[in-house]
Amino acid sequence: MVSEDLVVSVCLVLVAASATVAVAVREPVRQALVLAVLGLALAALFTVLQAPDVALSQLAVGSVLTPLLILLSVRKVRRRGHPTGDEAQR
Amino acid sequence: MTIRMRRWVMGTGAIGLAALFVAAFMRLPRFGGDRHPYGDRATDAALTRHTANVVSSINFDLRAFDTLGEESILFAAVLGTVVLLRQTREEDRVPPRSAAVDPWVRRYALAALPVALVVGLYVVAHGQLSPGGGFQGGVIVATAVHLLYIGVDYRALERIRPVALYEVGDAVGEAAYLLVGAAALIGGSAFLANTLLPYGTFNTLTSGGVVPLLNLAVGIEVACAVVVLVSRFLDQAVEITDAASDAEGAGTR
Repeated sequence: MVSEDLVVSVCLVLVAASATVAVAVREPVRQALVLAVLGLALAALFTVLQAPDVALSQLAVGSVLTPLLILLSVRKVRRRGHPTGDEAQR
Repeated sequence: MTIRMRRWVMGTGAIGLAALFVAAFMRLPRFGGDRHPYGDRATDAALTRHTANVVSSINFDLRAFDTLGEESILFAAVLGTVVLLRQTREEDRVPPRSAAVDPWVRRYALAALPVALVVGLYVVAHGQLSPGGGFQGGVIVATAVHLLYIGVDYRALERIRPVALYEVGDAVGEAAYLLVGAAALIGGSAFLANTLLPYGTFNTLTSGGVVPLLNLAVGIEVACAVVVLVSRFLDQAVEITDAASDAEGAGTR
């Protein structure tokens, strides 16, 4: 199936691209957001490979939970460094 | 051991691993094929036990003991987080002030909250029938609750989220899995064997024997564990401060 291979290939390229960006970005907050996009790309890949159960897990943990925990950790660390808490709005 | 010697050991190991890896991959079934030796057997086993979602049949029936291990890993990990992120003697707890939220963000979060909650409960309840299950649905339910933090503020979240209750729920979910497993022993069968309940009518909510029960136990455990986990992180990020160093900067949310 050519069209099926095409969809899988597009998803694989998306995963590779977002994973590379996640490594290349050095700022933790941006990294967390890129990680969420990577989770979304992986979920799409798992779906087209007919593994919807794994895709749902990936979506819930990779796109929501992990970035959230990273953002909260960054906020905690920043509050420690900057007593006025200016950039700790979220 | 000299560095030279270490490199030799490392090199030998790496070459051996590479050879075994290649040999293993040569005998794998082809990518994307229609038939798979394990897939066929797992599907047969799932159908004889009237479990429509084969993945759930593997997780909660054929490999129920593996899932007990995974559930316990999450339980232990969250327990470790609770111990590590507790309020220490040098730290103070400053309740955050209420926060102003952009009205559009608020509208979106409050509209999405009930939808996400229902979707999560649906995914848990239909774990034995359609993709998803206790783990996925549990995480969705737990994150849905936190839309209240995004849409309103931390104080609103704290009001509907008595952490102690979720800690109990975490333990209850873990214990329920063990008890359902042990109940099979009473029937003269093996631990976690799917012999306790009738298999029911295929593709209905009560089908699959103990699969729905174990699925529900995992759902309760995961939902409560994630709420407890995020609450500890939120406590540290919003409420707990290092006494003198940043008392004034205590969160705006």
